[in-house]
Amino acid sequence: MQYMGSIEESSYSHQTKVDNLGKSLAAIVGLGMIKVGMHWSKSIRELAVEAGLKALDDAGNPDVDAVYVSNMASGLFCDQENLADLIADYLALTPAPAVKIEAACASGGVALTQAVAAVASGVYDTILLVGVEKMSELVSTEVTNAIACCLDAEYEKFYGVTFQAANALLMRMYMEKYRVKREAFGEFVSLMHQNATKNPYAQLRFPVTVEQYLNSPVIADPIRLLDCAPVGDGAAALVITSTKKAKKVVDNPVFIKGIGQATDTISIKDRVDPLFLRSVSKAAETAFQMAGCSIEDVDVVELHDSFPFVAFMAMEALGLAERGKAYKLLENGDIKPGGKLPINLSGGLKARGHPIGATGVYQAAELSLQLIGEAGSLQADSPAKALMVSIGGVASNAAVIVLERGD
Amino acid sequence: MKPAREVGIVGWGAYVPQLRVKVEEIADMWGKPKERVKASIRILEKSVPSMDEDTATMAVEAAQYAIQRAGIDPSLLGAVFIGTESKPYAVKPTSTIVAEAIGATPRVLAADFEFACKAGTEAVQCCMALVSSGMINYGMAVGVDTAQGAPGDDLEFSAAAGSAAIILGSGAESAAIITASVSYVTDTPDFWRRPFEPYPRHAEAFTGGPAYFHHIVSAAKLLMDEIGSTPKDYDHVIFHQPNGRFPAKAGSILGFRKEQMQYGLVVDKIGNTYSASSLIGLCNVLDHASPGERVLLVSYGSGAGSDAFDIIITELIEEKKRFAPLVSELIGRRRCISYAVYGKHRGKFILPSDKGG
Repeated sequence: MQYMGSIEESSYSHQTKVDNLGKSLAAIVGLGMIKVGMHWSKSIRELAVEAGLKALDDAGNPDVDAVYVSNMASGLFCDQENLADLIADYLALTPAPAVKIEAACASGGVALTQAVAAVASGVYDTILLVGVEKMSELVSTEVTNAIACCLDAEYEKFYGVTFQAANALLMRMYMEKYRVKREAFGEFVSLMHQNATKNPYAQLRFPVTVEQYLNSPVIADPIRLLDCAPVGDGAAALVITSTKKAKKVVDNPVFIKGIGQATDTISIKDRVDPLFLRSVSKAAETAFQMAGCSIEDVDVVELHDSFPFVAFMAMEALGLAERGKAYKLLENGDIKPGGKLPINLSGGLKARGHPIGATGVYQAAELSLQLIGEAGSLQADSPAKALMVSIGGVASNAAVIVLERGD
Repeated sequence: MKPAREVGIVGWGAYVPQLRVKVEEIADMWGKPKERVKASIRILEKSVPSMDEDTATMAVEAAQYAIQRAGIDPSLLGAVFIGTESKPYAVKPTSTIVAEAIGATPRVLAADFEFACKAGTEAVQCCMALVSSGMINYGMAVGVDTAQGAPGDDLEFSAAAGSAAIILGSGAESAAIITASVSYVTDTPDFWRRPFEPYPRHAEAFTGGPAYFHHIVSAAKLLMDEIGSTPKDYDHVIFHQPNGRFPAKAGSILGFRKEQMQYGLVVDKIGNTYSASSLIGLCNVLDHASPGERVLLVSYGSGAGSDAFDIIITELIEEKKRFAPLVSELIGRRRCISYAVYGKHRGKFILPSDKGG
């Protein structure tokens, strides 16, 4: 039976169960990324294996206890399920346990929280996490259909609602309630494209002006083409190991200090306050509580910007701006490179690209490079703490992770 | 592929139906931004076959012009090949209809070729082989299509109609010698039409990089490597032209200048004539070429492959030009119609006389 009421006043209250607050849960000791793009000549297994091998090489090829795979729709995109087994097999890691973790666009972030939890619990010492999505097998109408599967199939998608259309309703509401002009979103898009020009792994490495944004074709009013993340293939991988073992594996591990995940109603129609991303807020609360710090302590952020207004709402849910005022962070330069809190130095989903299930893993890999000082021309000024925000569905699922430089 | 003995073009002829529909008219119909569409595909209008025109009739038109330029009795044609993806019959050759209509039957080898948009140029290669081996004296290759584009699909903005006929014969009688040719083929499914489907399907952006550009550029380089030529050796270059943007980019990738493509590019005025596309470009180049000039022709067919040709113009070019209408005259003979009339001519309405109507 469809739950029609609001769960805003739900009695559920998450308390972190980890007793060593502020201490590290696990560490990232190896990473690998593939440039996001239309990899027509590579299959999903080739993409995943290439990224996986890069990460394993980066970590000095340690023993792997389990393989976690984050992916949203390999069945729809590539006719391939049982994906984790396929990838473990072609990485020559069988009989290691392998599992695919799916949480729509948040698959990468959620899979990372699961891998960290498994290592922190002591069940596994070392996990290889591979995020992969191959979208280029399908034409755009089929891609739109696959992405729309993150909505409520019976009550939304069945009636023809696409992911873009559902977001368009929310964007219109955001613009009207807070009187935010299109230009503000254009400024964000322009910043993302500018950042991506320096990212060798980015899909769209070219600048875009606010004027180009404003004149781009309408997709689902008010969403325009240049509001949307591009369709692309990608794979990124991380080697996650126990805090105890980390420094024995590499000299410069990145420690995971806090993980948080939270959900919201799958449909925006069931939300009392649709313009507040409760999932992001709750997940951040949990992650910061676990890490024993706050947003004030963070130096660099990778944020899920499926659309610019989603990025704005996520910044507001994190407490970076008052509601409806996130655009001011652009105006005052806070989130630009060299600003108080640079956001999406990678170019974000908008320009680095959004190979759905892999995106969260890209975020963690990019932040790891920032923390170990190997982000090249994207490098922020010696950041010590980083935050990633991975969002799935119309923010019905979110994972927030606090990472720290391993001094 | 170099012919055993000198082979060349002894006659050429093109045909473009006189009806045109403007790209902006199609954009208006489907609510698409017309300026953006025009800029994106660099096509102003496309040719439309009238309801009494099809692949066979258009092939006959071009064939007759080619025979006029060749100055031969059509019964001397040893081969009539039709390259098309829009055959009037699924089973029954179009080449027999054309061969009969132009008076080439019955002592003639007739066959239909299909390789998406490059069927016409592979027919040229086969005629070259037959002539150079001495099996026939003259062979005719026709590239012709009434291309299909589903209503509202990107293809509808460009899918046009036209034909071009090339008669191959001995070098001594030729207005242009084809010194060498190559084919570059892979199994690359970028565009296709299944049996009983009215419209082709395509793989969007995949039709660019791994399909069109890879094959065009590879074939051109392969040919130039084999014969030791470079882009600056050519006075004219012609590429398959599904839109205005692709051939311009292919030329730039290979290092050709805009001026070298001046006559080879006609897509902006007539659209993509599929199997006829690069061959109409060749006809336009021949209409303007001078003795001694060198021409590079590179076709492309989805599926996928490219044929490249190295061509040198001879002294006979000038006297042959005047025996048939120039491509520019055919393009200039135009009448614009509305989308509704275009729909009528292309059979997009269900009429009472139709089955089930």
